[in-house]
Amino acid sequence: MDLTLLMYLVPSLIMFGCGVYGFLTRKNMIAIMISLELMLNSVDINFVVFNRYLFPLSNEGMFFTLFAIAIAAAETALALAIIINVFRALKNVDITEINKLKF
Amino acid sequence: MEVGNIIMYFVIALAIIVFSVLTVTTRKILRSATYLLFVLFATALLYFQLDYEFLGAVQIAVYAGGIVVLFVFSILLTHKPGEKSDAIATHRRWLGLSASLLGVGACGYALFSQEGFCTKLLEETKSLDIAQIGNFLLSSDKYGYLLPFEAVSVLLLACIIGGVVIARRR
Amino acid sequence: MPLNLSIAVVAIPLFMFFFLGLAGVKMSRKLTGVLGVLGMLVTTVLAYGVAFTYFFGTGDGQVTAEGVRQAVIVWNPDWLAFTPTLVARMGIALDPIAAMMLVVITTISLMVHLYSLGYMSDHHGNPEKGFQRFYADLALFTFSMLGLVVATNLFQIFIFFEMVGVSSYLLIGFYFHSPAAIHASKKAFIVTRLADLFFLLGIMILSYYTGTFDFFNQNGMVGMTDSMDAAKAAIGSAGAQTFMGCSVMAWALTFIFIGGAGKSAMYPLHIWLPDAMEGPTPVSALIHAATMVVAGVFLVARLFPLYVIEQGAMDIICVVGAFTAFYAAAIACVQSDIKRALAFSTISQIAFMMTSLAVSSADNGLIEIHEGYGLGYMASMFHLFTHAMFKALLFLCAGAIIHAVHSNENKDMHGLHKYMPITSFAFLIGCLAIAGIPPFAGFWSKDEILVACYEKGLGWGLWMSAVAGMTAFYMFRIYFLIFHWKEHKVHTEHKPADQVWTMTLPLIILSVVSIVAGFVPMHDLVTWDGKELHTQLNWVVAGSSVAIACVGIGLAYVMYFKENPLPSKMKNSMNGLWTAAYHRFYMDELYQFITHKVIFKAICVPIAWFDRKFIDGFMNMLADVTNRAAYGVRRMQSGSIQSYVYVYIMGALLIAVVSIVCVLM
Repeated sequence: MDLTLLMYLVPSLIMFGCGVYGFLTRKNMIAIMISLELMLNSVDINFVVFNRYLFPLSNEGMFFTLFAIAIAAAETALALAIIINVFRALKNVDITEINKLKF
Repeated sequence: MEVGNIIMYFVIALAIIVFSVLTVTTRKILRSATYLLFVLFATALLYFQLDYEFLGAVQIAVYAGGIVVLFVFSILLTHKPGEKSDAIATHRRWLGLSASLLGVGACGYALFSQEGFCTKLLEETKSLDIAQIGNFLLSSDKYGYLLPFEAVSVLLLACIIGGVVIARRR
Repeated sequence: MPLNLSIAVVAIPLFMFFFLGLAGVKMSRKLTGVLGVLGMLVTTVLAYGVAFTYFFGTGDGQVTAEGVRQAVIVWNPDWLAFTPTLVARMGIALDPIAAMMLVVITTISLMVHLYSLGYMSDHHGNPEKGFQRFYADLALFTFSMLGLVVATNLFQIFIFFEMVGVSSYLLIGFYFHSPAAIHASKKAFIVTRLADLFFLLGIMILSYYTGTFDFFNQNGMVGMTDSMDAAKAAIGSAGAQTFMGCSVMAWALTFIFIGGAGKSAMYPLHIWLPDAMEGPTPVSALIHAATMVVAGVFLVARLFPLYVIEQGAMDIICVVGAFTAFYAAAIACVQSDIKRALAFSTISQIAFMMTSLAVSSADNGLIEIHEGYGLGYMASMFHLFTHAMFKALLFLCAGAIIHAVHSNENKDMHGLHKYMPITSFAFLIGCLAIAGIPPFAGFWSKDEILVACYEKGLGWGLWMSAVAGMTAFYMFRIYFLIFHWKEHKVHTEHKPADQVWTMTLPLIILSVVSIVAGFVPMHDLVTWDGKELHTQLNWVVAGSSVAIACVGIGLAYVMYFKENPLPSKMKNSMNGLWTAAYHRFYMDELYQFITHKVIFKAICVPIAWFDRKFIDGFMNMLADVTNRAAYGVRRMQSGSIQSYVYVYIMGALLIAVVSIVCVLM
């Protein structure tokens, strides 16, 4: 039995599906952020795996993942700052309650 | 070596799948963050297995050491310990399930229909060392990443300032 | 005196208007009044000088050339250039009628200014409010009227036509706290505006076909026969155009006449004038008897060279004028309010002038100049001149009487001769003048009018003679009812008397003028072609008209000199006619019916309904549809990020599925 490309892509796919599910169902904003991280992570894995298997002589996928991690870190930090601010204002992080922008 | 590699892969894949599912299904938010940590560790192991040592190290340092800590802090700031979130309403669950399963189905079909993916094997290559990565990052030649590197540094600066401005108590 | 001073004649009243209107409130009432009178006095002196120079000037100031008196354009800058050829100008032109009108307007205006010092000083014993406003408005009116008569073109005349309308509106509504005055001022304004709409249409048509607004050529001194030639040329070019069977020129001139008829209170646009008597009596004397109401006559006279060759329009004027003269005289015979009676008398007399103008072309529209043409024109202007004097006198007398007894009704007056002798004599002179008894002014002018009418045809002459007899009758009816009839007990306690000198002096001056005005050689001075008109007294017409007037006076004497049952018997014997005449033959009611029942109910209400239901309804439907659609669509903006993402994912999946299917195909 050999480790084929497909075998790495399947866990990544499942991870992404979990991220989508969590994003759509959770009401807690932090939980939604966590689901977002799952999705990002699965994309990172895809980059790396494709790079390693299909273009072993170049490094673009690896560097792309590197930058994606940096940007994800920045984005998460900012999003959490916003969430904490929202909590401070509304005493709540339930996304269904925070709908002042509708209509 | 070969067998060890395969066993290692199955452990990693199982961990990723199980903890991913647990991350989004548990009703305790702190546990969710912890499962996310495990997923990230498993991902880092996957990078190591694919000979991307530096990437794996970054994954552990930034994700596991930075982002998850941020999550934990903000969870502790906004939640009472041991608080359970409400059960997910049935229609929301169906909504989420339908979207994710359909997506997984479509992507899975695309993956499995590509015959090359099933047969493609790992080729033996020499992995990059840290010095080469550093050169790549700071070079402006072909395959150099100086511009994205600087852009990300500016982004991080903006992010720091933004975080301070947003979180500052007025 | 140089003719350029006519600019000052027009400018001084305008300055007085702004000065008294703006600075008046800071000044005492007496100072305002005295300044107003002084300003008017200067204007009057200048106007007399200008008119004298124009008529009798020799040397440099001479305006006659080869026995023809020329028009002088004193000042005529361009104002609005519509096209290179069609230019509206603002200027001052002097010709015989303009010079004559300068004299009339300034004289009456000065008398009224002086008279108002006394009349407007108190209102039923209280100090009059708005005294300064009154003088400012008088100055505005004087300016507008002077600007009207010296206008060099139709456009300017129209502007000043509107301005006299505005000042008339302001002065009728002077007692703006009284609803009757407000209604009267609105009525006057709306009726004359309606007429002015036609005037404007006429101006448009006329200027379109002739390519000019100007009355005179631009070369300064131009004989009137030139404007006649221009008119002929204009008719020649426009005569080919017809509309509904009449030439466009006839339409234009008729429309312009309607504008003039509105201002001059010709039937059926006369309804505003009796109501306009709600204004202060000096205003009635100045605006609604002597000057503004003859603006229509002046307008027709100004365009006479055009009218004289457009027989159709002239016939309309003739019929309207003759009918109005009779109609108003009949009403005046039964009115009990002296100001209303005088108002109808005014309408009747203005109709005389109109008719006189219209019969002036009594030669079946041939365009040859002969002696008979000018007589009616001259008589009309002559009567305008004399009528202004004695009608102003009569109104000022009425004002003095009203001021003394605080009532307009002649039943409150009776027997005032003993208490107000000067007023009584002045009124008598006015009555004799209007009745046409020689040597008073009215005789000479009315005689000329009757001669002109007899020249047009025997029927016209007889008709107008009858109206002249009625004039004598109703004027003396008023006179006897006011000053004789019976002793009124109220007067013994109340003691009405002649008024202060500022009010009596104008009466005396105007009485003198009314006696001598008939001797002004008008046939020499004011003729339509500028040439001297040779007339001699037509003894048959003169004798018969005097006889008819004497009959009218005698009848009035029998019926009204002493209290007797004859009038009430007459009234009972023809009750229907009397009541109808007293109610002005129900013209006001007819207008009410037409406007309220026909126009409002039958036209405006359906239109309003259509507007609300269809026009507005369509717009409301658009708004409603948009609104409902928006309410439906806004549900999609749920504010829930998860539903957005769900839709987004589903969309992406759809695209993916479509791509897969396409690949598989």
